Amino acid sequence: MLLGSVVYITYLDASPLIVPHWQDHMTNKYSAFSLFRESLRGHKGWQPAWRSPKPQAEYDVVIIGGGGQGLATAYYLAKNNGIKRVAVLEKGWLGGGNTGRNTTTIRSNYFHPESVALYEFSLNLYENLSRELNYNVMFSQRGLMTLIHSEPDLEMANRTVNAMQLNGIDATIISRAEVQKRAPVLNFRDDARYPIHGAVWQGRAGTARHDAVAWGYARAADRLGVDIIQNCEVTGLLTEGGICKGVETNQGTIRAARVGSAVAGNSSVVADMAGYKLPIQSYALQAFVSEPLKPIMNTVALSPATGTYFCQSDKGGVVIGGALDRVPSYGQRGNLPMQEDVLSGLLEMAPALANVKLLRHWAGIVDVTPDSSPVIGPTPLPGFFLNGGWGTGGFKAIPAGGTIFAHLLATGTHHEISQPFDPSRFTSGRLVDEGAASGIAH
Amino acid sequence: MQRFPCPFCGPRDEREFHFAGEAGKIRPTPSAAQSDTDWATYLYEAQNPRGPSREIWVHTPCQEYFIMTRDTVSMEVLGTEQLRKETL
Repeated sequence: MLLGSVVYITYLDASPLIVPHWQDHMTNKYSAFSLFRESLRGHKGWQPAWRSPKPQAEYDVVIIGGGGQGLATAYYLAKNNGIKRVAVLEKGWLGGGNTGRNTTTIRSNYFHPESVALYEFSLNLYENLSRELNYNVMFSQRGLMTLIHSEPDLEMANRTVNAMQLNGIDATIISRAEVQKRAPVLNFRDDARYPIHGAVWQGRAGTARHDAVAWGYARAADRLGVDIIQNCEVTGLLTEGGICKGVETNQGTIRAARVGSAVAGNSSVVADMAGYKLPIQSYALQAFVSEPLKPIMNTVALSPATGTYFCQSDKGGVVIGGALDRVPSYGQRGNLPMQEDVLSGLLEMAPALANVKLLRHWAGIVDVTPDSSPVIGPTPLPGFFLNGGWGTGGFKAIPAGGTIFAHLLATGTHHEISQPFDPSRFTSGRLVDEGAASGIAH
Repeated sequence: MQRFPCPFCGPRDEREFHFAGEAGKIRPTPSAAQSDTDWATYLYEAQNPRGPSREIWVHTPCQEYFIMTRDTVSMEVLGTEQLRKETL
């Protein structure tokens, strides 16, 4: 029974630099048994989770960006599409961008059928991801509640829930009493500025450990022969006869039959290298973590009135997120006006947290499109493909984004799920406007 | 809090300012001659530069629109210009 089970081993996995002591007894598969065996021999048999190869001269596919989307794309290219000469180029370290900076919420409670097809596919893949990758991504389906503060809110909530149910999503409206039962730390005082009358509830939503998602995909892709090259910054694209034939990097030229860009926060910068413009504006998105507390919150709560949402991590820290900064930015750091907005929203939602101290706060750069939906597809430069514009919601879409981008890079044509997100929608006018439709902070 | 220079009111708190869009975009004249691509370019495409960026801002208390050049990485303000033409 224990052999196949997934156990808490992320702290061991966190160090890919552990040098194996007994080369002939190295531990490849993570399991309760291997953890037990390693504990008996001083944990000397763990292998590095992935290799650190030098880049080869040529690959079938080069992916720019070693975040969740890029690593998942490489993994699915090797697994689903049989393309194993793949390199992932990361300018810093794996998951050092938005994948390691987000608030880890995973949900599929969208309005338009196109979005639901995408995010529900992703949620389904997350449900089996720890087993598939043999890596505990700590996906915890603790549910997400979007609070209802007024009668108009309730009408909108009914509309949203109806749309979700028509799309086959497990959304319901829960009462004030039910909200209080699930999250007693919320503000149920009579004088609350935003009284809670109920919530939209998606029980299958939840959180996952973001670093583990990056590391799990990296390890699984590496096993399938993918070269993951860190500290490798792309400085330009190699074009011959108007066709993309590879990339120029600080580690030399790397040729490739196809090049994919999965660089959240830098999509416009990479598009500039390809010589075209994107319908994207980059903003900072801030997040906060408090000091560890005893368990007080075992679900995720979002208030549309304040834009703030929060949950509690397994380590006890309250993880707090809010709306986008109001000003375009590439500076990966927080700022005071937004900090004030988000934290005052938190205190309205949960006044009991007023004396809790913040441990850290930070910001990631997100690429926002006019309709708050991603841009996936071929680009004006043949041989160069784009996966970007996920806004604030790229983490929850990592497994789906990887699958459909791998399909695009392998075949040159869209997966049926990514077709509606082709950049041509901005010319045809067929936007997938989730920002307007579901009104949820993206 | 950062301070932004309003060309009319002087340095003021950043919360008094609103980002209105990138500078230099010209709306195509509405006519059948404009293609869907022209409109999409005007409506949606963005320069989105990493580094110095020329933008239109409004200082909400005095309601003046002006151009501010800003570094999008360091947030440093590099200069402001009036949009208003001098009346004689």
